[in-house]
Amino acid sequence: MMGRTIFIDPGRCIGCQACVSACRECDSHRGKSMIHLDYTDEGSSVASLPTVCMHCEDPVAPCAEVCPADAILVTADGVVQQADTTRCIGCANCVNACPFGVPKIDLQAKLQMKCNLCYDRTAYGLAPMCATVCPTGALFYGTVEELQAERPGVQVADTFVFGESEVRTGVAMVVPAERVRWPVPGGLPVVEINGKDVRP
Amino acid sequence: MTADPRAAGPSTAVPLDPALAPPGTRGFRDAGGIPADRWHADQNGETLVPTHCCFCGVQCGMYLRVDHGGKVFGVEPRNHDINRMRLCPKGINAYQQVNHPDRLTAPLMRRSRDEELREVSWDEALDFTVSEIRRIQREHGNDAFGVLGGASLFSEKTYLVGKFARVALRTRHVDYNGRLCMVSAAGANKLAFNIDRAGNPFSDILLTDCLLLAGANVGECFPVLTQYVWGARDRGAALIVVDPRETAVARTADIHVALKPGTDSAFFNAVLNVVIEEGLTDEAFLAAHADGWDEVKANAAQYPPSRAAEICGVPAEQVVQVARAFARAPKAMAFHARGIEHHTQGVENCLTVINLCAATGHLGKPGAGYGTLTGQGNGQGGREHGQKSDLLPGGRSILNEEHRRQICEIWGIEESELPAAGTSMMEMVWQMQRREIRGLIGICNNPFVSLPNYAVVKDGYDATEFHAQFDFFLSETAANAHVVFPVTVWAEDEGVMANAEARVVKHNKAQEPPSGVRTDTWVMCELARRLGAGDKFAFGGSRDVFDELRRASAGTVIDYSGITYERLEETGGIAWPCPSTDHPGTPRLFEDGTTYHADGKIHMQVVEWHPPADPYDDEHPMSLTTGRTVAHFLSGNQTRRLGALVEQTPRPWAEVHPSHGFRNGEPVRVVTRRGSEVFPALVTEAIRPDTVFIPYHWPAPTSANVLTIDALDPRSKIPEYKVCACRIEHAAAIDEVPAPPVAPGHVAYPETQVSRTDPLPPTAPQGRGTSERS
Repeated sequence: MMGRTIFIDPGRCIGCQACVSACRECDSHRGKSMIHLDYTDEGSSVASLPTVCMHCEDPVAPCAEVCPADAILVTADGVVQQADTTRCIGCANCVNACPFGVPKIDLQAKLQMKCNLCYDRTAYGLAPMCATVCPTGALFYGTVEELQAERPGVQVADTFVFGESEVRTGVAMVVPAERVRWPVPGGLPVVEINGKDVRP
Repeated sequence: MTADPRAAGPSTAVPLDPALAPPGTRGFRDAGGIPADRWHADQNGETLVPTHCCFCGVQCGMYLRVDHGGKVFGVEPRNHDINRMRLCPKGINAYQQVNHPDRLTAPLMRRSRDEELREVSWDEALDFTVSEIRRIQREHGNDAFGVLGGASLFSEKTYLVGKFARVALRTRHVDYNGRLCMVSAAGANKLAFNIDRAGNPFSDILLTDCLLLAGANVGECFPVLTQYVWGARDRGAALIVVDPRETAVARTADIHVALKPGTDSAFFNAVLNVVIEEGLTDEAFLAAHADGWDEVKANAAQYPPSRAAEICGVPAEQVVQVARAFARAPKAMAFHARGIEHHTQGVENCLTVINLCAATGHLGKPGAGYGTLTGQGNGQGGREHGQKSDLLPGGRSILNEEHRRQICEIWGIEESELPAAGTSMMEMVWQMQRREIRGLIGICNNPFVSLPNYAVVKDGYDATEFHAQFDFFLSETAANAHVVFPVTVWAEDEGVMANAEARVVKHNKAQEPPSGVRTDTWVMCELARRLGAGDKFAFGGSRDVFDELRRASAGTVIDYSGITYERLEETGGIAWPCPSTDHPGTPRLFEDGTTYHADGKIHMQVVEWHPPADPYDDEHPMSLTTGRTVAHFLSGNQTRRLGALVEQTPRPWAEVHPSHGFRNGEPVRVVTRRGSEVFPALVTEAIRPDTVFIPYHWPAPTSANVLTIDALDPRSKIPEYKVCACRIEHAAAIDEVPAPPVAPGHVAYPETQVSRTDPLPPTAPQGRGTSERS
């Protein structure tokens, strides 16, 4: 499967937001974080997990596919870059297309921003800033073999299903070894559309 | 081992052929890239200065990024073996305080509290301070003037605080804010082992089979330590967490004991009871190495699991589960922190954990032992060399004639000139209230936020005739002072700190201090000179002080004599005792079972549980407990000014269980016998129904410490922050969170002021901050 990439392990996340602070420090988007922290069971658990760009491989980057300005570049090594500022028109098509809810629009600047896997760092052999600092290893950067060497028996998934569509990603998620499901359901079921309950 | 990029040579030494493997390709990475810890962007005129974080007791290694103008402008992770590149949000943002617009850059002064603070020259501030010290001491005696230091200072400076108080001021009243931190653990360790430090290095956590965390919110207070906890879990180690709240680490624990605050010693006595009943004690170890076991064993018989269940409000089966998991593990470790230490029986709580380790033989082995997690960067080192009211350098007792003689010889004074033991930090405030202490110098501490029972603290400080404060930001306490000396931040000076492993690490200077700012060392030496003790304080800088400190510690248990700045830079840190320059240091204690008592035995202590100081009644039926949040550090004087951290956690909250009928964000009034305050409710099942939690980093009028009680542990004199009786009520409005005070002539950093007046509650489920989802 994938080469060197980010692995997200929600079981390790302590919600400290070191990744969010670290992302702000990255030179390619200094001062703005491209990560957010999600809380999975508000009010009853402290469980949390960081959300980064999943760098979709198949279909290749829905955000890039729908971009009318061809502003989103996908590199040969599978990194989905943030929109090229000289081309981006701030239309938010990418925001709507992303199944993981990752790209953001700076409305004032009319520019899209998203995680580019710290290309300025990974190109020099460094890990992305978020995965470098993550105090718990909830974000791990490396190969799946390196991950499994460090955490014996760990299982990962890189395919997520949304309704009838499957998305294979460049970033993978650690899943409980005893509950491997393939593909992993992405997102929550839709229960309401325009005020109408659509549950079967 | 620390990798210093400068020592490793320039980055061009890395064998790369850019023509064959251009950056951005996998080939480039496969060719080796540039090792992460050797990244050194010389080409941009940027340098990386290896140092450590200024905040908690983990002391993560980091590089400060310094631009071509010599200014710190960023941070880069460093592959130091404490943290292995990891950093928490406080560490990542720490560099922003170095050139922060709120920095004090000139001394501030006023002759009475009726006046406003104004900027003055250094000479005027120093002259006024010296004349006030002389006046107060002439009129009311030397002991009418006190000094309060801080455990965020380098060890050199904490050494100077003790020497300055006793040699230059000749006062017995000197203490420090580590008194609010881990002195209970220190007291317990001294009683049991006669050495005041953790028994094992962090790396031993990776080797253990059972990890017990008692009152230690590792995920928020020591986030980088979590990697060791998860590492142990990866190996299959059992994880036991004893905490009234379901913290991020407790969420994943095999056993989470959510006991009622203030009942820890009853719980651990009961665990020992089960260990004994089930024959899980290590009798051979006890016979060879322990003293007092028979008495401890007899006392444990009084605590069957059913009694603990009643006192602690947990199922009796959990007591049995914990006892079996801990005692049956081939190797087990216990770590505790403020959760069990901040009590009127804080020392005793720690002793019950030590008794458990001793009874099961889990001591002095790789993966087996105990430790305390220091809250402040130099919580360990800050008390080792004479800043504490009863201690002289090297942990010598100020009451011991031989120890006094040894130190007087080094300091060049007569023994009759050396004052007696003083009182603790909270007791000094009470003395200020009674006008027994009339003048005070505070050095890098902020008691207006960090001490319990704010009304008493404010009253005590207001009663002083003269108050001077050293700080680099105008803290709430500095805003009360007559004189404020602007001093350096950690990145503008060099010095050592000892982390929670008792590993001494070196901090390096990354930039020159701003014009008008002096080091704490310079200010203390200059004051001493003007007070007529200049010959005893002829130090050029930290290195000179460290050399004297090493001499002053030689031959004691806390022996630094073999530690040099050069060795620290080579090794990445040395654990004391280190009696000679060829000694490797002592990362793990008691490997042969011998303690530092004269008989070499562990002195086990009988502990009888007693209820907390503030009794429950119909008016106050619930427990209020306080603690930290991951984005802020201690009194928040540093972190409440950093935009990212303010945004992450802008205000305090009251964490309550859903059974009380509050909606998330509704105003909740928390009432104790000291006062009442309104906080937004954070409704979560992750807390006991009979308990309320409030983080303490903010000042009055929205401050946990307006509500807490100033009752002290009789031995360690640590306040009982972790439990007092309270009730909760619906309230009409939420008070605004005040911004930190800003010095005259300065403008508050606007980005740090965001959302301060926004009445919304913390939105994260566990109240640990707001998620950025713009």
